[in-house]
Parts: sequence; C-alpha cells; structure tokens
Amino acid sequence: MMDTLMLSRIQFGANITFHILFPTITIALGWVLLFFKLRYNRTGDMAWMDAYKFWVKVFALTFALGVVSGVTMSFQFGTNWPGFMESVGNIAGPLLAYEILTAFFLEATFLAIMLFGFNRVSNRVHTIATVLVAVGTTMSAFWILVLNSWMHTPQGFEMREGVAYVTSWWEVIFNPSMPYRLVHMLLASGLTAAFLIAGISAYRYLRGDRSEGVGKALRTGIVMAALLIPAQIFAGDLHGLNTLEHQPAKIAAMEGNWETRGNVPLVLFALPDQEARENRFEIAIPNGASLILEHDPAGIVPGLNDFVREDGTVEHPPVAPVFFAFRIMVGIGLLMLAVSWFGSWQLYRRGAPSPWMLRGLVAMTFSGWVATVAGWYVTEIGRQPWLVSGVLTTAEAVTTTPAGMVASTLAMYLAIYAALTAAYVWTLYHLARRDGAAATSGQAVTPEARVSKGGGRVAGPIPAE
Amino acid sequence: MDALFGGYSWLPVAFVGLMGVSILLYVILDGYDLGVGILSGLTNQHKDKMIASIGPFWDANETWLVLAVGLLLVAFPFAQGVILGALYLPVAVMLLGLILRGVAFDFRAKVDPAQKVWWDRAFFGGSLLTALSQGYMLGLYILGFERTLMNVAFAGLVAVGLAAAYAFIGAGWLILKSEGALQERAVRWAKVSLWLSAIGLAAVSIATPLVSDRIFEKWFAMPYLVMLAPIPLITGALILALHFVLKALPNRTDSLSWAPFSGAIAVVFLAFYGLAYSFYPYIVPEQMTVWEAAAADESLMIMFIGACIVLPLIALYTSFIYRVFAGKTQDLRYY
Repeated sequence: MMDTLMLSRIQFGANITFHILFPTITIALGWVLLFFKLRYNRTGDMAWMDAYKFWVKVFALTFALGVVSGVTMSFQFGTNWPGFMESVGNIAGPLLAYEILTAFFLEATFLAIMLFGFNRVSNRVHTIATVLVAVGTTMSAFWILVLNSWMHTPQGFEMREGVAYVTSWWEVIFNPSMPYRLVHMLLASGLTAAFLIAGISAYRYLRGDRSEGVGKALRTGIVMAALLIPAQIFAGDLHGLNTLEHQPAKIAAMEGNWETRGNVPLVLFALPDQEARENRFEIAIPNGASLILEHDPAGIVPGLNDFVREDGTVEHPPVAPVFFAFRIMVGIGLLMLAVSWFGSWQLYRRGAPSPWMLRGLVAMTFSGWVATVAGWYVTEIGRQPWLVSGVLTTAEAVTTTPAGMVASTLAMYLAIYAALTAAYVWTLYHLARRDGAAATSGQAVTPEARVSKGGGRVAGPIPAE
Repeated sequence: MDALFGGYSWLPVAFVGLMGVSILLYVILDGYDLGVGILSGLTNQHKDKMIASIGPFWDANETWLVLAVGLLLVAFPFAQGVILGALYLPVAVMLLGLILRGVAFDFRAKVDPAQKVWWDRAFFGGSLLTALSQGYMLGLYILGFERTLMNVAFAGLVAVGLAAAYAFIGAGWLILKSEGALQERAVRWAKVSLWLSAIGLAAVSIATPLVSDRIFEKWFAMPYLVMLAPIPLITGALILALHFVLKALPNRTDSLSWAPFSGAIAVVFLAFYGLAYSFYPYIVPEQMTVWEAAAADESLMIMFIGACIVLPLIALYTSFIYRVFAGKTQDLRYY
C-alpha cells in the first residue's frame, strides 16, 4: 500500500496532467480565433467566420474542461498540500490571487459574448470580447508560470521561522527561470493548438468537406506550426541552459549522466539504472551533451552522483521518468518540425497537402498534448525531491489525511479524468463530422457565403480535387 | 485603523470580509444556476430553455467559488489546511459534482440526442451533488467538524436544506427569465422548495447558538437580543411574504416576476449575515481567529490593492453581461 505522500503526488500529478491538456489548447486558440475574426473583419469573407464558428465551439468545450479541472486543483492545494501555503503562502498567495482577479473573471464573462453574443452586440464589441478572452487566458498563463517558475528558482524572499516573507516582488516575479518557462509554455500552447487545428481540419478535408473555412483553418494550422517550431526548439535550448545554471541535478537526470565530467556523450537511448547508478543498453553520440550544453566537446556536464550525500541520501530526482519524458518531448518536437515544414512546402508548391500528409496531420492531432505533458514531467519530476527548490520538500508539505482516503479520491479522479478525456476527443471528431455533414449538404454554408471577395489574399482557396 | 480591532491588524478583517462577499455572491449566483440544474432533473420538456437561461452566466458564477477558496488559501494559509483537511471527502464529492455539471453543460449541446440524455443526467446529478456536499460541509463547519452520529445527521439536514435553497433561488431565476408553461412550473417548484429551505434555515438558526456558549452569548445576552431580533424576524416575514407572492404568480402583466428572486437574495443575505456574525472573529470555529490564520500583512496589502482596483472592474463588466443577456431567455444559439 502506498503512503499518503505518494498517493497525493499521483493525485496531484493526475489532476495537473488532465488540467494542462485544456489550457494548453485555449491559451493559443484564443489568439487564433482573434486572427480568424480579424481576417473576417478585414475581408468580409464568411469562410473566416465559418472557421471562427467551428473553433469557438471547440474553445468553449475545452475551456469548460479547463475550468472544472482548475477548480479541482485549487482545492487540492488545501486538501493535500497544506504545507505549501503555510510555508510559502506569502508568495504563492498574491500570485494566485492576481491570476483569479485579473484573468478568470475576464475569461468567463467575455466568453459568453464570444459564444452567444454575436447577434446581441455590435461586431466591434464581439471582436473586443475575443481580444479580452485571449488576453485573459494569456494573463492566467503568466501568473501561474510566475509562481511555478518561482518554485523552481526561488528568490526575492527571506525565511523567518519556516515561513517565507517577500523582500522584493520584482525579484519574485522576474525570477531567473520565468522568462524561459513562460516563452517555452506559450510556444508549446501555440504548437498544440496548431496541430489540433491542422489535424481536425485534415480529418474534415479527408472526409470530403472541402469548404473554404476548413481549408483556411488547415492552412493556418500548418503555417502556424511551421513558424513556431523553430522558435520552440531555440527557446527550449535556452531554457535547458537556464536549467543547467540553476537546477543542475535536473539536467543530469535529463541527460542520464552519472559522473560530473567533460566529453559527455548525448545519450539517444538507454535504460538508466538508479540502483547500479549506470545506464544500460546505451546508444550515444560522443561529446554530444557537452556540445549542446557547453558548446564545447570537452565541456563539463554535471553528474547525478554529485547529488548523493555521504550517508547515501539521494537528493536528485528519479532518473528514469525525467530521462524518458525528455526524449519523448524532443522526439515529438523533431517530428513536428518535419511534418509542418514538409506540409508548408506542399502548400507552397502544390497549393494543398497530399493525402498522406493529411493522414499524417490527423495522426499528429494531439501530438502537442503528448509533448507538453512530457515536458511538464521533465520539469516537475526534475524538481524532486523539492516542492520549492532548496526551501520546502514535497514530503514536508503533504497532508496528514489517511492514505485510504486519498486512495479513494484518487480512484475517483482517475476514473472521471479518463472518461472525460475520452469524451472530449470523441466529441471533437463528432463535431468535425457533424459540421462537415452540414457543410457538404449546404446547411451551414450558403452558396452566397462561398463567393468570397478576399479569400484568396492571404492564402488561396484549396482547390477541390 | 488597527485601533478598531484592539490593536490587531485590520487587513485580516478586510480579507475575511472579501471572502464573505465572495461566498455570498457565490451562493446567490451559482445558487441560481445550481438550482436550475437541480430542477432540470424534474422535467423533460423545458430542459433546453432552462439551461439556456444560465448559459452565458454559469462560468463566471462559479469563479466566485474559486475566488472564495483562493482567498482562504492565500489570505489564511494557517486555516486552509485545517478546514479543507477536515472536509477532505465532502470536498472531493463537491468537486466531482462541479466537474460533472460544468462539462455536461458543454457536452450536451454537441453530441447526438442518444448521448445527450446521459449528459443531462450528469448535469442534474452534478448540480445536486454539488449542492448537497456544500450543505453537508456547512453543517460540519457549524459544529466544528466533530463527526458524531447526531452531527452527521444535522449536516445531512443542512445538505437537504441548502439544496432546497438553491432550488428555490433557481426557481426564482426561472420565474424572472421565463414565460408561459415553464414559468408556471417554476412557480410550483418555488412553492415547495421555499418551505424545504425554511426548515433547513430554522435548523441552522437553532443549532448555531447551541454549539458554543460564546455564540449563545452573542445572540441572547442583553442588549444584543433586542438589537439582533430584527434579523430572524425580517427573515421570517420575508419567507411569509414570498409564500403569498408565489400564490399570486404567474400574473398576467408579469409585473411580479422579479419578486421571488429578489426575495431569495434578501433571505440569503440575512442568513449569511447571521452566520458571519456568529462565527466572527473565528475562521476555524472556536479554534483559530482570522488574525491567527492570516498571511503576512505585506502580502495581504499587495492583494488588497489589487482587489481594490480589479473588483470594481469585475463588477462593471459583470453588469454589462447581465445587460446584454437581459430579458426573457431566448433559445441559445451559437450564432
């Protein structure tokens, strides 16, 4: 039987894994909706509005799932991790309060105008509502990433009798890892939304729905992915270097490097064995890790054995999950690069993606989810055994609630998260089929609306094959 | 200003006030949409219309709960663990309810009729579960979290009472926002739920002063007895007045349709005031005062400034949205 600590960790991990799926989509999708709306305002082309109408429904569903899982999370701070607020509440508190006050109400209120208000308010107010919702989701991401980054690289405070007191809010907010983590996460959101849009649109396209709204969304998704992925690889590299400076144990686990030394190879695959403190079945590129991290083949890379105390206490994160999650994230990133660039090239050369490219995009629909979750596992498991680096361990913050009670709620949460994730994915494809059927039978898309006056300006309509 | 509170800082008091306002707004606002959710289980005909009436609002309504628990977490870090730890299982049940109803709302509009039935059940069940668990938690809170058989029975009674109160607020909302057959149904619902909630309210009112001598003294020692007597008296009069107003509804000109919902707000306000008066200055009943539980003054100050700037803005755009979607509910269409 697992103890309360492990069960609470799994419960919070499950909750935040489930939660992050949805904000990851809505943060960027809000801005994409604004893009659709602005193109419509500019061109008067109903196809942009068709795209808006379809994706605003996806946004609403995604947002609802994000809200309910977020509410659950805020309660779990108190039910499972009371030590967190007791110890660092003076810092975490105001950051969370600002997130609720500046973002949550704004998003929830103006989403109603976005969804149901098109015929009740002027077009200008509707556009402003779209702007405010996009701003709200991004503001929310900002505050929560400030807090999360502070937990990784805390500064601007002093400890008095086990309680953190702020000495500089500027240092708290602009802590060393915040800019990197924020950019990395916003780009991850952009890529997740881009592949979701491209994937669902490709699915509709393959099913014979060649309406212009679908074509425009498909192009938007592919081009957006192609533009964001190099930026993400660059930002990810910078974030890694920042982690090397502030959390070397995490880097050592990511690289699967046991001894601090120079000429460290880039391990492509291995089975890290924490008992034997070595890698098995290692496949590696000589000097690779040293080159990436220190830009020098002889560069010294920190090793995990530096983080074991004389008495044998391990003070580095569990190696295998961090090691594998990192490889999954990078692998998907490279796949995204290949698919989005090749897809863009096809758009440029042929005006439309080939059928197998469309199938590839369908397969990649939720690739952003996998990469984002893997990335969060790297950074969060990589912070263990600390909850707030060097300040508070995870074990110190946990509740005294009996393990059996946590086990029962964990079982309940896992069941409902699994069911809702399945229902969400199923519903997205159902919406794609339903709206597609409506479009091909002419219900939602009138012939008049098809006569676009400026649809070809941004990206020419995809020719029906 | 600290002199007002016997030399203690005024900030924890301001924050417990803010938290109180959030809870009060939550009970009224999410109260009506939880109530509509509970009532939606009693009819098949009017479901779409009922849900349409809360469509633009429910999300922001629920945010008041996030703010309330957020304020508990951030302003009273030393009470949050005690309260939420003591309520571990009912909190989990409430969250299950909130998850089910929150997502059902969106799913039901997007799936085939065959599956819609299931999401409708989830919407009803989730709303009811949320209301019951909140009432159960309120009951346990009043009794200082001690779980004896009697106490659990009392908490169960409060649970039913709060669910009925939400149903009443929801019925009041529907009377205001609907017409015709649905409005008639809503009046009938309101008549029943009014008296169920009155029983719950009476139970809480009797139990609260009996829990501790301190609370008893606050109500029944002179001159408080005379000064506070208007609270239960006005509440009782309001409930009676609501009873008679409901007999006159629905009326031909619809000129009274605002009355049940407004009356519900007034009763909730008075009941809440009574509870707040009883427990203040304790945040964990009889164990921890707001000052003992509060975060550092510097942190409270920075949140207080933020709240003073942002809350009026929230009030402004909330009133805007209620104006945009004012009047009798139309069918909700995305466009």
